[in-house]
Parts: sequence; C-alpha cells; structure tokens
Amino acid sequence: MSAPTTSTAPMVEMTGVHKWFGHAHVLRGVDLVVPRGTVTVMLGPSGSGKSTALRCINQLEEIGAGSIRVEGELMGYREGARGGAPTLYRLHPRQIAVQRARVGMVFQRFNLFPHMTALGNVMEAPVQVLGKSKAEARERALQMLARVGLADRVDHYPAQLSGGQQQRVAIARALAMDPDIMLFDEPTSALDPELVGEVLGVMRDLAASGMTMVVVTHEIGFAREVADQVVFMADGVIVEHGPVSQVIDAPTEQRTQDFLAHVL
Amino acid sequence: MTTPTAAKTPAAEPQRIHAVPVRYPGRWISAAVVVVLAAMAVNALVTNDTFAWPTVGKYLFSQPVVRGVGWTLFLTVTSMLIAIVLAVTLAIMRRSANPVMRYVSWVYIWFFRGTPIYTQLIFWGLASVLYPVITLGVPFGPELLSMDTNVVLNATRAAILGLALNEAAYLAEIVRAGLQSVDRGQFEAARALGMKEGRILWRVVLPQAMRVIVPPTGNETISMLKTTSLVLAVPFTLELQYATNAIGNRTFQPVPLLMVAAIWYLAITSVLMVGQYYVERYYGRGFEEHVPKKAARNSRRGRQAAINAAHTTPELGPIDDMGRPAGGGV
Repeated sequence: MSAPTTSTAPMVEMTGVHKWFGHAHVLRGVDLVVPRGTVTVMLGPSGSGKSTALRCINQLEEIGAGSIRVEGELMGYREGARGGAPTLYRLHPRQIAVQRARVGMVFQRFNLFPHMTALGNVMEAPVQVLGKSKAEARERALQMLARVGLADRVDHYPAQLSGGQQQRVAIARALAMDPDIMLFDEPTSALDPELVGEVLGVMRDLAASGMTMVVVTHEIGFAREVADQVVFMADGVIVEHGPVSQVIDAPTEQRTQDFLAHVL
Repeated sequence: MTTPTAAKTPAAEPQRIHAVPVRYPGRWISAAVVVVLAAMAVNALVTNDTFAWPTVGKYLFSQPVVRGVGWTLFLTVTSMLIAIVLAVTLAIMRRSANPVMRYVSWVYIWFFRGTPIYTQLIFWGLASVLYPVITLGVPFGPELLSMDTNVVLNATRAAILGLALNEAAYLAEIVRAGLQSVDRGQFEAARALGMKEGRILWRVVLPQAMRVIVPPTGNETISMLKTTSLVLAVPFTLELQYATNAIGNRTFQPVPLLMVAAIWYLAITSVLMVGQYYVERYYGRGFEEHVPKKAARNSRRGRQAAINAAHTTPELGPIDDMGRPAGGGV
C-alpha cells in the first residue's frame, strides 16, 4: 500500500501546506519536519492554525496545496501519471482509513465513545480495524490502561471518570493501535487545573519511551521539559522553530516574544 | 448563640434544625378535587346501563376477541420490525455521500408521508386487481419470472406491507434526527483510529443515536397499535377493532364492545411502555443521567479520590498562573 519508504525518511514531512476553509486561508505554506523519535511542540495564539496543521497530518482535514508525508508515504493521494504528466489521484476513504490507522490522535475534548467502558474504548479499534481477536485485544487493552495508570478503572464508563482519567483512556485507546506517531491536539486544555499533571505525566513517559509526538499545547512547562523541537505558529505560518533554548528562551521574532510574554 | 460554641468544641454533634415545615394546602385541595372527579367518572361509567358491563365481561376473553388481539399484535410487531429496518436504511441513505441515494430517500419519505395511510392501504389491497400478475424481467424485454399477485400479496401481507412502508417514512426522520444528535467529535475520534465509515456508523454512531431514537419509536409503536385498525381498508378483517365491531353490530350492543377493544388497547399499550422503559435503559448505558443513583455517587467519590491520588497540584507550579484558553487554535 505504501509509496517507496526508506528508514531514513522523517516521520512527518510537511511541504508548502496550504489550507482554505471557504475563503479563509488558515494555513499559508507550512513546512515542517518531525524526525523519528522526537517530540515537537507547537505553540501559537488561538486561530494561528496549529490545530489545523495537526489535523491535516492524519487527513481529518484535506489540504489545499502542498504535500504531507508520513514515513515517506504521501498522505491522502497516490502519485501516478496521466498522459505522461505526473498526476495525483485522491485516495478512496477506505485507503485513507488505512493510512490513519498508524497515526494516533488525542483530542482536546477526549471524544471517548460514551456507550463503551474504558476497556471497550481501547479494544474497539484493534478489533474493528486490525482484526485482532477479542481475547488478544482485551489483553493488550488491559496493558495499555495499566500503562496510563488506570488498571482499576477498566470497567468504568467515560461519564464515571474524571477528565484526566478520560484523557488517559483516550491516550491508551490511541496507543492500542501501535501507532508510529502520536498527535496531541491541546490534550489538557479542557481539564481542571488539578488534573493537568496526570495527563502530562503520561505524555512525559510516552516521550521517554521514544514515541514520536507532535503536541499542540499551551503548557510551556511541558514544552521546556520534553520538546526536542518547538514550533511557533502565527497567522497560518511557522514563524520560528528550533530547540527550546532558542524558541522559548531566546526568541528572535517579535510575535513569538509577544506570545510568550502573555503566557509565561 | 450556638455557632461560636460549636466552633470551640468541634467534636460536639451539631444541633440539627427542627423547623416547622411549610404547609401546602393547595396539594390537599387538589387531591380532594381529583378524588371527587374520579368518583364521578367511575359512577358515570358504572351506573350507566348502556355500558353493559356484564356484556363487556362476557366478550373480553371470547375467542374472536382474543384472536383479534393476537392479529393486532402480530400486525404491529411485524410491520414495526420491517419499518425499523427500512427506516435505518432510508436515514443512512439521506446522509450518504452518494447524491442518488439521498434523492431516492427524500422522494420515498416525501411520498409515503404525504399521502394518507388509508389510501395507501386501499391501494395495497387493490394491487391484485390493478396488476393481477407480477412479472420480473428486463423492461420491454424478456420475462424472467411471473407470479399471481393474489397469492404473493394476500390480505395479511398487503396489510403488513402497507403499514410498514408508511411507518418507515416517519421513522426514517426519527432515525435521521438521532444520527444528527451524535457529536461530530465521535466521528473524528473513530476516523483517527482508522475505522471505516460503515463501521463508524454501526459501532459508534448508531448505538449513541438509539438513545434519541428509542423514545419517539416507542411512541410510534403505540400509535401503530391503533393504526392497525385501519387495515380493514385492504380489507383485512381479523384484527381487534374489526372483530369487536363485528360482534357489536351482530348483537346490537356496539358500546360494550367498543369498551372491550379500548380495554385491550390500553392493556397492550401498558405492556409496550414497560418494554420501552427497559430498551431505553439499555441504550442509556454510559450516560450519567441513567446511571443508578448509587453508582453515580460512587463515581463522584471515585473522581475525587482520583484527583487526590494524582498529587498533581504541586506539579502545576509554573503553569498554574497562566491563563489557559478553553478554545485554542483553529
């Protein structure tokens, strides 16, 4: 199914990505490389396009221009030729679903399936997408829930869990698919302040285990601690990117300085 | 001055308030009015000989009436089952990316909701007159299969088909409303996990939509119970209303037999309502308002325990005073 993939290809490579919502031009040429096994934190004011950029990676949004590759494989399209000229063919929704299966995603509002228990949530995709047996998926789901510290909550429904616990179930649900990369879309923004720490703790452990992560967040402390690369976005473009010591500690761009002055 | 005292000796049991409760005389007055009205109603029913209660008792469990109840239940259940399957299909078609499916579904609902059920039932009954033979084949081409309409579409099948096709149009709108009620985030989460559209619908969206779909469907089932009395238009003449009417006309006692029918309809409706309660409870699982009270208490307690156990508050130091926007990026 995949295009020529080399082990040297970066985990994510966005090249000149544009996105329009109707007339609103929300991404204006985003170039981003996420090397394998690194953590990229995306910062920026509301409406800067960082969540949209993240959602483009796993095709929840269709891009208008440019290209996105995950491990060298073009997302959403197949490259071919018609009449000798290189042409893009849009993939069928079923093929896009296959591409998404290896990109895990965690949402701001958790989006757990409310009619399933924590265990049911984590088992669902391995059974329905990977075709694992229930027994196998169950065992793996229990491991994942234990990994996020919820071994004693497996039979609870989402409504019976705190926000922090729900978000940890959501992380376990994504991990159960054995993703190559995890995307986090403001994973702590909907949480009460006292519950933020437990989710960030799980994410810290995940980063330490070598998972490639792209995190949209406002948690500067987390970025400082975990990020290999910080990306600052404003008005649909990446204004500044580099290591923490550069973007957060010594930003050169005025917009980055203004933003950090507000949040720090 | 009990408060300062209590503060000095915290171990002492606080003195409970024993206040005189508010009186609600309106409740007693309304209760009295209702009791009087109910007594009047019972009196009016019992003392009026026209109701002929002994006759009601005589026919309530008579063979044609009980058989009528059986047929009415059969028509209701069968046509509702067919209607539900068809309605889910129509509702999914209305949301399809395929414009042909959307259009076909729209036209179906437009037609079957827009014409009277009685007329539809007459036409299903007339089908064997209008088209005595049903043939399957290539239009304007060879004939592959031919059937006698009278055999294929007998009165029972015509009645069930007529009721089901009409009901499906109404139910389709109910199902559509249910599907629309499911949060968009549910689709996104399922998509992000790599689930295909059909699976998302079946495993994630429809089970949640059922919570919205079940109550009005229960309503429709009860409505269908009584709509079955219209199948005399087919004509189908074995169900409850027709059976009791026939006895009433034959014995010149229409009123007691109307009462017989009404009692049965009311009894069946009561049973259906009990069934609906359990179906609603099943599809409400995982939603807090349906969690039994005790479990809800436990969940709050568990939540607080989880917050305490997490020991997260100290870690918040540097981030604590930061304004955390609820919305965030696009």
